[in-house]
Amino acid sequence: MSLRVLYFARLRERFGVAEESLDLDGARVADLLDTLRARGGAWAEELAPGRSFRVAVNQDLAGPDTPLGEGAEVAIFPPVTGG
Amino acid sequence: MIRVQTAPFDLGAEVDALRAGRLDVGAVASFVGYARDINDGSGVTAMTLEHYPGMTEKALATLVDEANARWTLIDVTVIHRVGRLLPGDPIVLVAVASRHRGDAFAACEYLMDALKTRAPFWKKEETPDGERWVDARDSDEDAAARWRTP
Repeated sequence: MSLRVLYFARLRERFGVAEESLDLDGARVADLLDTLRARGGAWAEELAPGRSFRVAVNQDLAGPDTPLGEGAEVAIFPPVTGG
Repeated sequence: MIRVQTAPFDLGAEVDALRAGRLDVGAVASFVGYARDINDGSGVTAMTLEHYPGMTEKALATLVDEANARWTLIDVTVIHRVGRLLPGDPIVLVAVASRHRGDAFAACEYLMDALKTRAPFWKKEETPDGERWVDARDSDEDAAARWRTP
């Protein structure tokens, strides 16, 4: 399925990309994370299990088992620091 | 009322607007967060706030809905600034109007604790040693967790 993936803050800078379109072979957030980690380098490092980051699907905070639908907007970002 | 903006805000004007025409308001509790000139032991000369347009407004609306479900409130204002801010600049305002103070105090604190952990904003500080992203604090997670019902 095709996804729109957004990156914010420190992760956007580390990955050197703010937004991309991606064709995913999988149906859950965990599948997307596996695909991104397989790119190696900063991707494997920042998204390694145990690292602190958040995922939102269609602008709601999500977990590894959250399902992804065709055309979903997925965002990956560091823990928030507003306020 | 929820606003994400670069412009500053005025607490008095916002509280007046929150109360306008509402003579059933017996209490307004407000919180204003300001940019500091020191963090983690080093000087901060400026900061830039980034957010996730779309999700930010959605997340803040959800928090206000939760506060309305939990306490008896008359109206709520949440304003969060984005862009570059200097020490002393106001960053965030939460103001809650209710009939009695208990609901206003509790909802105001709840909204700030929830905003700190669930609204997609990120701070990048400028220091004499260069720029650095602010790390999330465990104490903020702990503060938000206090409100979870067992």
